Parts: sequence; structure tokens; C-alpha cells
Amino acid sequence: MKAFDYAAPASLPEAVGLLASQPSARLLAGGTDLLVQLRSGRKEADVVIDVKKIPELNEITFSPETGLTVGAAVPCYRLTAHAAVQTHYPALVEVASWIGGTQIQGRASLGGNLCNSAPSADSIPLLIALGATALVAGPSGRRTIPVEEFCTAPGRNQLAPGELLVSLHIPAPAPHSGASYLRFIPRNEMDIAVVGAGASVTLTDGVITAARIALSSVAPTPLFVPAAGEALLNQAPTPAALEAAAQIAQEAASPISDMRGTAAYRRHLCAVMTRRALELAVARAQENN
Amino acid sequence: MSAKVQVQTTINNEPVEFLCEPRQSLLECLRDVVGLTGTKEGCGDGNCGSCTVKLGDRIVTSCLVLGVEANGESITTVEGLAHGNTLHPLQKAFLEHAALQCGICTPGFLIAADALLQKHPQPTEEQTRFWLANNLCRCTGYDKIIRAVQAAATEITTTKSNGAAQ
Amino acid sequence: MSTTYNVIGTRPVRHDGADKVTGRALYGADLQLARMIQGAILRSPHAHARILRIDTSKAEALPGVYAVVTAADFPPAPADKIVDFGEGDTPLSSLRGNILASGKVLYSGHAVAAVAAVNAHVAAEAAALIEVDYEPLPCVLTAPEAMAPGAPILHEEFANGNVADQIRYEMGDLAAGFAQATLIVERELDTATVHQGYIEPQNATAFWSSDGRIHIWCSTQGSFVARDATAAVLDVPVSQVKVTPMEIGGGFGGKINVYLEPVAALLSKKAGRPVKLVMSRRDVFTGTGPTPGSRVRVKIGVNDAGKITAAQSWLAYEAGAYPGAMVVPGAMTVFACYDIENVLIEGFDVVVNKPSTAAYRAPGAPNSALATETVLDEIAEKLGIDPLELRLRNAAKEGTRRADGPRYKRIGCVEVLEAMKASPHYNAPLPGPHCGRGVAIGFWFNAGLPSSATLSVNADGTVNLIEGSTDIGGSRTSLSMQAAEVLGLRAEDIHPTVVDTDSVGYTGVTGGSRTTFSTGLAVHDAAQMVVEQMKARAARLWAVEAVEFANGVFSANGQSLTFAELAAQLGSTGGPVSCSATVNPKGVGGSIAGLIIDVKVDPETGKTDVLRVTSVQDAGKAIHPAYVEGQMQGGTAQGIGWALNEEYFMDNSGDMRNGSYLDYRMPTALDLPMIETVIVEVPNPGHPFGVRGVGEANIVPPLAACANAIYRATGKRLNRVPMNPATILGL
Repeated sequence: MKAFDYAAPASLPEAVGLLASQPSARLLAGGTDLLVQLRSGRKEADVVIDVKKIPELNEITFSPETGLTVGAAVPCYRLTAHAAVQTHYPALVEVASWIGGTQIQGRASLGGNLCNSAPSADSIPLLIALGATALVAGPSGRRTIPVEEFCTAPGRNQLAPGELLVSLHIPAPAPHSGASYLRFIPRNEMDIAVVGAGASVTLTDGVITAARIALSSVAPTPLFVPAAGEALLNQAPTPAALEAAAQIAQEAASPISDMRGTAAYRRHLCAVMTRRALELAVARAQENN
Repeated sequence: MSAKVQVQTTINNEPVEFLCEPRQSLLECLRDVVGLTGTKEGCGDGNCGSCTVKLGDRIVTSCLVLGVEANGESITTVEGLAHGNTLHPLQKAFLEHAALQCGICTPGFLIAADALLQKHPQPTEEQTRFWLANNLCRCTGYDKIIRAVQAAATEITTTKSNGAAQ
Repeated sequence: MSTTYNVIGTRPVRHDGADKVTGRALYGADLQLARMIQGAILRSPHAHARILRIDTSKAEALPGVYAVVTAADFPPAPADKIVDFGEGDTPLSSLRGNILASGKVLYSGHAVAAVAAVNAHVAAEAAALIEVDYEPLPCVLTAPEAMAPGAPILHEEFANGNVADQIRYEMGDLAAGFAQATLIVERELDTATVHQGYIEPQNATAFWSSDGRIHIWCSTQGSFVARDATAAVLDVPVSQVKVTPMEIGGGFGGKINVYLEPVAALLSKKAGRPVKLVMSRRDVFTGTGPTPGSRVRVKIGVNDAGKITAAQSWLAYEAGAYPGAMVVPGAMTVFACYDIENVLIEGFDVVVNKPSTAAYRAPGAPNSALATETVLDEIAEKLGIDPLELRLRNAAKEGTRRADGPRYKRIGCVEVLEAMKASPHYNAPLPGPHCGRGVAIGFWFNAGLPSSATLSVNADGTVNLIEGSTDIGGSRTSLSMQAAEVLGLRAEDIHPTVVDTDSVGYTGVTGGSRTTFSTGLAVHDAAQMVVEQMKARAARLWAVEAVEFANGVFSANGQSLTFAELAAQLGSTGGPVSCSATVNPKGVGGSIAGLIIDVKVDPETGKTDVLRVTSVQDAGKAIHPAYVEGQMQGGTAQGIGWALNEEYFMDNSGDMRNGSYLDYRMPTALDLPMIETVIVEVPNPGHPFGVRGVGEANIVPPLAACANAIYRATGKRLNRVPMNPATILGL
């Protein structure tokens, strides 16, 4: 690994200032992607800026009215242990307990998962399904980006030079809503999704009144498929309706073949995983009064 | 090489200061700078768990932590598990249940299992396997490791309840 | 010898246990020496290329760099020199060529140059500054492709293109045998290149002293082999090299070959300091020896009674860059479990542009057993015979002749099959739909090879054991237990130490399941010598002719002394007692293993979940049953990983795309259930306690057992391992 300097700013303005003045700086939260990339030579840095000392990036706040805000550097193990998250966002707890293993979750964050912008990121499809937004700070102030617009290519995203992710905001769950993320991996843990599907569903009097579906590992970025969710609107969550949505998700996918799976296999899994994620989301919506 | 940084930590309940380059991992600092070589390196990318240490209130793969990040932190390594010459119940159970063959993964498993038992004093087999999935063992097929962790859990809770009864 | 034992068959805590659970045990990478510097290796990005130029000047100029070496730094030696480490001949050119490439690189990951610097980071930066001009050549990655006309040729000097060696075993009349058959099944199965996956990467530290002596500390399965190979590569007398084996973090056959030791020595000679080299995980995958991928055809004919009338096999194994695919043992074991009259086996050792392969736990046997055992499963199904019953009707017995020549002495094939049939697992119902149960068996020869041991009696009645077998899974204890049994002591009364090559007689590798057998025999013999000398001391004390020794007590004429009491009087009866033995045993006993496995296959995703596993193995005699179980469980887990997910995923240019533990997909704790074990004990007549050796046979059945279980769950007979989810769905 090439030598670099280390900085740990204590405030957001300080971090933004540092970032703006150091074009080759890299941001360090949990380091579970960055340090691997630096060590393998896939990325280089003159300065590594540790953002974990910035209070705003380390907070979890929840209110039943506004929802959940998760600081960009909050490690998964804190998220999964948070009572309100456990109560209101069970799918988020599941995703946060599937990213890497126990030790990785001691460091890795949802914010890091988003900023790493891998097509296979497990948390991003769920964040999209949950309607999450990303709060970004930079030299020209703050802005909010819907998560489905955040990633632009493998490893690339909307962050402009000098910008950093502050937090993720997830709306309060609607009554009779449910969400899920399911991924297919050949092992049972410690694996990268061959295909993942995130879904959220809201039921009103037994009819779907809102639905969002997003996929991982089937396109250059995590893939939001609005049409799949729209196809479910005003329908009862019948097997046929869910399957139809799953077929739409499958058609939207443009997977590649690599060491984790062939394109044909991924395409096949798109429908399977989407349908299963929808079934789980519906079951949760039905239980969630 | 960039300038070395001074890092102040508590390692195994003792204050330890060391100097390191920012690019040096916590694992490298523990092994090559502090001289605690009980923590092992198996992969360098967080996937084998051999370098597991306790950092503050959670466990991490120390290959994916920079040494400089440990400033002000408290760290427990395998060298800190035993109380003097009295082995930790997990260490005893690993020996009695033949839960190690080559032993290279053992320090990581012990630290990870210790954290598991603090969170779930009587974990199910499924909980144990899920928690320990970040630790690879290539010798044992995990059977005897899982049994050892379960035996240690029973030993610890029995000792605790006996202590409480007295 | 009595068959009731005091120590053998018990489960004492291992002697090195406290060190290994407290972090005190010193593995190779843990070594710190004064003035030690660290190294890095530059590896080829090409699978096949001519090296046109290597310029190391920029690396040498980097501050902090002490030495740079390439193949040009090897001393001159005759190109056709053959070296022999007691386990087969290797041309020096291959040995050296794999350690540092010369002329051509033959696989992506092939070592080209090495650097020693003030620390590993600077060494890596310097290695990146070495300029190598390559002329890329077309590469060939599988045995069938490499055997085809017009394939790119790795070694122009070979007579038969990429086929480095061929073997043929024949017995009986094949055509007549198939003519007697009423059912013939023929299948062809491929297996992918897989790695042993030991968690500790290779490492070596060397110091080339000004007096010419070379001291090496390393992670090796055989310190003497590491010594001899290093001496051969460096063209120095073996006595000039001392190897200190450090604790070893797994090997499974992969830590017999040398990769780093001679390079560290060359760097040390140039730098005048001790040099440590430690591989990264990617280096381990791409720069050491995985075990061969293969294509195996098996054709078996049976009569209506389910008796095999003829069997034929064709095997092509990928050696990797240099000859030495494990096709010979693959061919010898392909039908080794069965008594068959008419056999033809042809095997091909084929070089391809992949890392030069190495042993992996019963090397070669899982590949060939996969074909035989799946064909037998198909035959059993077609005949409507229970698959274990079919095997019992054909099981090898004492006197069965293997196609490669030898006749079995006692062999536990029938006993293992009977134990499988009687196991609770085999008699339990399957849990539900999409589930299947598979069975398979396998054979491994086990090895003899020389071993040495020294026992020294302490005045407190304990005994020091000096030996040279790297302890990879509790052999200090299994050896101590054999000494304790002979001496009438407890296992903890023996203090075992594994020492360097200057300090003990020649000892072969910890491999071939041989340590408990062969070094155990040396310990046994040394212990008997101790008993004889102690008897003589007692005789002198008591002025008698004959002294009895039983259960740790010496006695004669109503007088008696315990071992410890007599030990305390050695000083006054002639001085200390210390006995050494070196053995080269011939009475090796092969081991049969069997596996029963239940799986559930998700019909929508193709994912296989392992539900229940029972491993059965003939140990001969289990010295330490917990460690025998551990070997069975470990081999089973590796075999399941091999069967289901593990493989070298190479792109068309020969680059390994999954050279990390994240994507190589070895089983995690969550991927396996508990692994039930049944130890069968059919004593080996060639060992005083009946030991056969248990390290390897257990990995032979899992590939086929998984394939058979998946067939029963899905109705699909797959022709490729790994049987990963996409393969099962045919996508």
C-alpha cells in the first residue's frame, strides 16, 4: 500500500475544507472497502480522511413522524442494536447483519456501502425500496439526493469533488407497510449477492397502494425498477400479481457474466428473488398494523 | 514513507503507546510494532477472521483497521483472554473439545466467540454458526469449534449462577 | 501386545494446547530477528509469455531497498540435474523454474523477481518498480485443450507436446469382462482446480551467514524436504542448510513444495541480513500449488448379480506449469475399493498455463473416485440394488489385487460399508421434498517414509520426546501417547518437542497420513529401547538376571520400582537413559472412508443445503479418537466445499478472477451441519498398535457422495464439479 497521511476532522466544515483542498483524498468510515482497495492498488490516496469523529455522521435518530436518520459512518452493529430500528425497520436490521460477517459489521456502514457504489451493494436496493434519501455536504452547501439517483456507474456516484455523505434519511414506515431485502449467495454468509432484491409494499384494505422494487448485481448500478412497483398498484397481493411484478423486474435487468454467476443465471434469479422479496414484504405489511 | 504518528491505546487492560505509519494496519501494529503476534493474518481483506480483535465494544478484523484509528481505543487480543495463568473457559473448552488442529484460526475464533457469549450467553447452534461465519477454519469442519463454544457457554452461565446462589 | 490400552484410545489435551489458545505459539510469520528485513515477490500478470528483459535498477535505487534477485541469481547448475527428496524425482530446472521464472512465465502469478527492503511496504513498492518486458504467448488452461493438436506448447523440449507423462495399468481381459456384463454405464466428469485453502499463508525467513551456513525458519510440512530442496536449488550441500520448522497453520499437502525458502536465502546472501517473506492470500492462490483440475471417464460393466465384470478409466489431470499432476495416484485409486478382474486404466499428466499443482489430501483420488462412485450409483439405481449393497458385493478384501500391482493385506472396506449401512443416519428417513441422500466410499494408500525420534528419561520420571514431524493437528500428542503406552506413563508425562533438521534424524513430511503411523513407530521403537535399558538398570540394582515390566512397574523377585522411582536412580546406576530410533517402515496400511450425506436443493435457485453428514473411516487403531474425528470432519468439510462451490475461476487470459477468500467460497461455519463420525478399527498388521493413518481417505468420498445426493434430490446427474447453483440449474 502506498504511503498516505491521515486526518480525522472533528467537524463537518473541517472535513469539507480538507476534502476540497486535497484532490486525492479518500474518505474513511469503516474502511472495509477502502482499505482493501488501497491495499490491492485499485485505489490510491495521498490523504485518508477519517470521518468517524464528526458527530453528525455518527448519530441515529428516529421519530414516528419524520422517520429514521442514520449518520453516514454509523457501523452496522450499532444500527442492528438500535431499538427503534429493530421495531420499525426489520428489513434494515437484516441487511445490516448480512453485510460481511460479524467483524465486518463492527466497522461497515450503510453510508460506506452507498458511497462505494458497487452494483452488488446489499443495502442500496432496500434503501431505494424504503424511499431513502442521501444528505450530502460540500463546499457549496448541502443537498439531498434520492438514493436511486445516487450511483452512476460501478464505483461511481453523484458526489462532486469536495462533497461527502452526511446521513441517510428513511421515511417513517406507513401503516400496513412492509419491506424486505433478499439476496442469493452460494454460501450462507460472507458472500457477494449474485442477485439481490429489495421490496416495499403498502396495503390499504388488502390492496397494494404503494410498492417499490430495486435489484442488486444485475446492472452497472443498483437498479430501481419503478414499473415493477407500479404494476402492483391497486392489486391484491396475489401470487399472479407478485409474479407479474417479478417478471417486469427481470426484464429490466441487464446482468453480466462473471465469477459470481452467468448472465442467464442472474436473469433467472431476478424473478425468483423479486417474487420472494415481495412475498416477505407483503407478509410483513399484513402483520404491521 | 510518511511521518510516523503516535498512537495511545489500552491493550489487554494495559496502556500501550506506539508509533506507526498511517498506512499500517492495526494488525501490523499489534504484531510488528507492539510485538503481540498472537493475532494472525490469513487474508488481509477481512474475510478469514484470523486477525479478529475486540476494539472498544465490538469485534473487528484488525487487518481492516488502521493503527492510527486505534488512538484512544481499548483493544483485547488473544493474549488478553486468560486471567494470569487461568485460562478463559473458552480456551479450556477449545482444548478439551479438540477444537483446534493447526491453531492458526484459533485466536480469532476465541475473540469472536467471547464477544458472542457476551451478547448471547446461551447461543443456539444457528446463532453460533451465524456469528462465527466471519471466521474461517479449514481444519476442523467447525463441528468441534461449535461444540466447544456451546460447552464454554454452559460453563460460564453455570459458574455465574452458582456464584449468584452463593 | 495386549489389545487393551491405558493411554491409546483416550483423549488427553494436546501438549501444545495452552500455547495455541493463548497466542504464544510461534508461527513462521511471528518470527522477529535482530536486523531482519522483509521481502516481496513480483509475479507475472501473463499466463504465458516470454521474458524479454528484466530491469531492476529502479527498484534497487529506492531508499530502503537492500537486495533484488531474479532467476539470474541462481548459481550455475547442469540443466538436466535431477533431484530426489525420497518421494520422487524432480528436474532441478522445474524446481528452480517454478521458484523464479527464467526465459518464460508459464502462469499468471509465476514469480519473476524478489526484493528485500526495510519493511514489507517498501519492498512491495520496490517490486512494482521492476520493469519486465513480456512477449505474451497464447495460453492453454485445460487438459483436453492442451492435449489437442495445435495447442500452445509450454515446454518446447517435451517429446509429446503438453503430455508430460502417460501411465497404463491393465489386468485381466477387458473385452471379455465387458462381454459378460449385462449392464454397462460410462460417464465423463470434470473437476475444477481447487486449493488446499490453509489459513496461514506460506512464509519463510532465511539468514545466510558469513560462515556459509543458511538458517531457514518456515511453515513447512517437512523440514528435511525443505532443507533438501533449498540446498538443491541453491546448489549447496544439505549440511549447509538448517531448517527450523515453525508452527504451521495448515498444509493439507500444499506445504511440501518450497516456494519462498531459496528466494529468502538468496536475498539474505545479498543483503547480509535475515530476510522474511510472507505471501499475501492472492499470492497463495496464484503462486503456490493448487490441486489439479481433471477430466475422468469411467466405464463399468456388471452382471445381473451386481458383480463388476470389467472396469475402464481414462484420466487426464492438469499438472499446471510443470509436470507432476496427481494422475498416478488418481489412476491407482480409481477402482481401489473394488475387487475387479478385468481392468484398464490410462492416465495423462498434462501441463497447462496454471500454477504448478501440488498435493492436496489424498491427491488425485477425489477426482477419480467422483467418476467411479457416481457410475456405481447409477448402476445401483438401474439394477434396483441398494448402493451400499452393490459396493459390498464388489468390495476389496484381503488378497484383492489392485490394477497397479499390489495385493491388499487386511483392508477395512467391508467393515466401513457395513458401518455405513448400520449407521442411524443411513436408516433415518429423509426430511422432506427436494432432499436427497448420497453415499460414496474412497481409498487412500497412506505413506511410510523415514522417521526419527529420541526419548530421554528425566530424573522426575517424565520423558522428553524429540522429533522432526511438523505438528499440524495434534501429532505431538498422538506420538506422546504411543510412547506413554509403551512406558506405562500418562500422555502428560511425555514432553514432546519438534526440532530443527540439525537436531534429529531424518524425518519425512507430515503428509500421506504417515506421522502417527511412521513417526509413531519410531517413538514406539525408541520407547522399547528405553524399557530395555531401564530393565538393565533395575537388574543391576537388584542383582538379578531378568526384570519384568508391565503397566509402568519394573519387578523381579518380589521387588518392584515404578518408572519414576527407577528414573530417579539412573544417575547412580550408570547415568542417563536416552534412546533414538529411525525407521523406514514397509507395513503401511491403506485406509477406506465412506460418506453419507443428505442435501436439500432449492429447485428455483439451485442452491444445495447440506442437512446431515456422516463420515466413516477405518483408522486401523484410533490413538486419539478426538483427533481422528477431527481429521474425518475436516476432510469431509473440504470435500464438500470442493464438491459444491470451490474452484479457480480463470478468465480466458488465464487470470484467476476469484483469488480471495470472499470469492473462492470455502465453507463457513454456517454452511455445514455437525459432522457425525464413525471410527472403524481394522488393525493394520504393519504397526504395533494397528495404526493406519487417517488424514486423507476422508476427502475422497465427498465429491461423489454430494453428486449422488444432488441426483437423488433433483434427478440430475451433473458432469462437472463444482456442482454450484448455476450448474445445477444448467444456467
